[in-house]
Amino acid sequence: MSIDVRNITKSFTGFAALKDVSVDIPTGELIALLGPSGCGKTTLLRIIAGLETPDSGSIRFHGEDTTRRDVRERNVGFVFQHYALFKHMTVFENIAFGLKVRPRSTRPGKAEISTKVHELIRLVQLEGMAQRYPSQLSGGQRQRVALARALAVEPKVLLLDEPFGALDARVRQELRRWLRRLHDELHITSVFVTHDQEEALEVADRVVIMNGGTVEQSGTPEEVYDRPATPFVYNFLGNVNLFHGRLHEGRVRLGQMELSAPEHAALPDQPAVGYVRPHDLEIERSHADSSSVEAVIRRIHSIGPIVRVELERGDTVESLDAELTRDVYQRLALKVGETVFVRARKFRVFVDDYQI
Amino acid sequence: MNPIGGLNPKKERKPGAELTEPAPVRWLLITVALAFLALFLLLPLAAVFSQALEKGAEAYFAAFSDADALSAIRLTLLTAAICVPLNLVFGVVASWLIAKFDFRGKSLLVTLIDLPFSVSPVISGLIYVLLFGLQGWFGPWLSAHDIKILFAIPGIVLATIFVTFPFVARELIPLMEAQGRDEEEAALVLGAGGLQTFFRVTLPNIRWGILYGVILCNARAMGEFGAVSVVSGHVRGSTNTIPLHVEILYNEYDFVAAFAVASLLAMLAIVTLVAKSLVEWRINRDRQPAPGNE
Repeated sequence: MSIDVRNITKSFTGFAALKDVSVDIPTGELIALLGPSGCGKTTLLRIIAGLETPDSGSIRFHGEDTTRRDVRERNVGFVFQHYALFKHMTVFENIAFGLKVRPRSTRPGKAEISTKVHELIRLVQLEGMAQRYPSQLSGGQRQRVALARALAVEPKVLLLDEPFGALDARVRQELRRWLRRLHDELHITSVFVTHDQEEALEVADRVVIMNGGTVEQSGTPEEVYDRPATPFVYNFLGNVNLFHGRLHEGRVRLGQMELSAPEHAALPDQPAVGYVRPHDLEIERSHADSSSVEAVIRRIHSIGPIVRVELERGDTVESLDAELTRDVYQRLALKVGETVFVRARKFRVFVDDYQI
Repeated sequence: MNPIGGLNPKKERKPGAELTEPAPVRWLLITVALAFLALFLLLPLAAVFSQALEKGAEAYFAAFSDADALSAIRLTLLTAAICVPLNLVFGVVASWLIAKFDFRGKSLLVTLIDLPFSVSPVISGLIYVLLFGLQGWFGPWLSAHDIKILFAIPGIVLATIFVTFPFVARELIPLMEAQGRDEEEAALVLGAGGLQTFFRVTLPNIRWGILYGVILCNARAMGEFGAVSVVSGHVRGSTNTIPLHVEILYNEYDFVAAFAVASLLAMLAIVTLVAKSLVEWRINRDRQPAPGNE
């Protein structure tokens, strides 16, 4: 089932959580709502679920307007950040809850419920734990019970609020791969909220990046990582080096460096900022042309396959981060204190100076 | 072996010893606390029973066979039987509203629930005299229709409800607020209705808190003196509760009977304390996760 979020606005007392947000979620996709805390991503998820009502705008499930429909009738599965398992019920009872509370006419029989619940327990790999209480489970196990409970009512849409937020790093990684596999099996339209860019880029089919109650960019993980639409997205997805300078007739002067920015050719002279990812910075021994800048090596971290080099620019004394492969690092034989030349292999110029 | 050269303490101190006080200070503090407890709590309690049994068991039990005493016991039980269920229902509904929903006037409601705690019980009784007394607002109308509230059972029940009003709600509001709304929201998303959510999810989570509130509410309903004293009129055999009956017997120098009846309330207090401790123990056990996980 596809979800259409149209021009949703929501404010809480004295604070605008969402400002005219629109998102398209096609059938069967796994979407990540990504953003820093307070960006409105959880509010958007709760509005899709029906746990909050928007001030204006509409939500359509498969073309049908469900904005005013009661949460109980939306047929969504919701997984809460802190699991929200029923503490006084066993794993079995938790998962069976959604089936047991149905009106008598649509409620499955006892045997049917039992079969279904055990099927789900197998799916989330909790065999043998049916009679345990939530307090007897680990965090990862609780999260899987929460997921099984949400899936028991055969939802058309699965919504997950920071599903791995409260787990430790290793369990987190395991669970998110498992979620991806589960989604590939079930093909249920899913939306999950996260503030972890790595998680979003690894798991989701598409990523919606939010900031300050608006959508900054949405696209496949490759699109948003390789072609960030705004300075915010550039900053939020990974590290970035900033080169401050001035735009002049399609070229930017960034300190000693001069680069071409044909996309801004029509703009008048104004301040501009060049954004360069650390792995797009090349280090050279000789000064080739005006597109490179002099810098002094301050520190080298050479642990693992990627070598991180901290440099200080010769012209503005700003610091730069570069990432090299081990091969390149060994070929250049870099040492702390040496003067080298840095060139941006790939960069992007934004004219609005973005403040973090 | 000796990390600090030359400094060789004679005795190894126990781990954590730096967090406690020297033995004499500890013993002094414990003695003071126990002496205070004995003087102000245990001694009076012992006095009640010793005075009650001064003239033997026969005299003790004779105090209860008196018709007025029996009527006082009956009235006290009746009052508690009306007040406790009413305040239970009110307390659960109010704390559910306050903890799980946002609405206008919420803080006003919270303040009002605390009102009986902040007003002297005698004033609480006087409020009913002002409302229902012959000179009061509704007095003339009530007497014209021959309805007796003041100096009758309805007045006693009303005053007791007022005084015991906050016990259940005060116990449940912090408990329910601490539990948050997550489980209720989960139940709603899974398709449960409002009542199903309340009975299957909310109620099981607060059952021990409810019991705790009921125990305290009951103890106060049976023991209330001030407010009831103002509205009861002290009619023997008809509008006297146990505490009022004790006062009358005492004023008549019938000490054995007075203390015998008072011992009933003292026993109620002991039973209440035991029940309260049991419930507290259960609450703590429920809150503790099983060992060996996470």
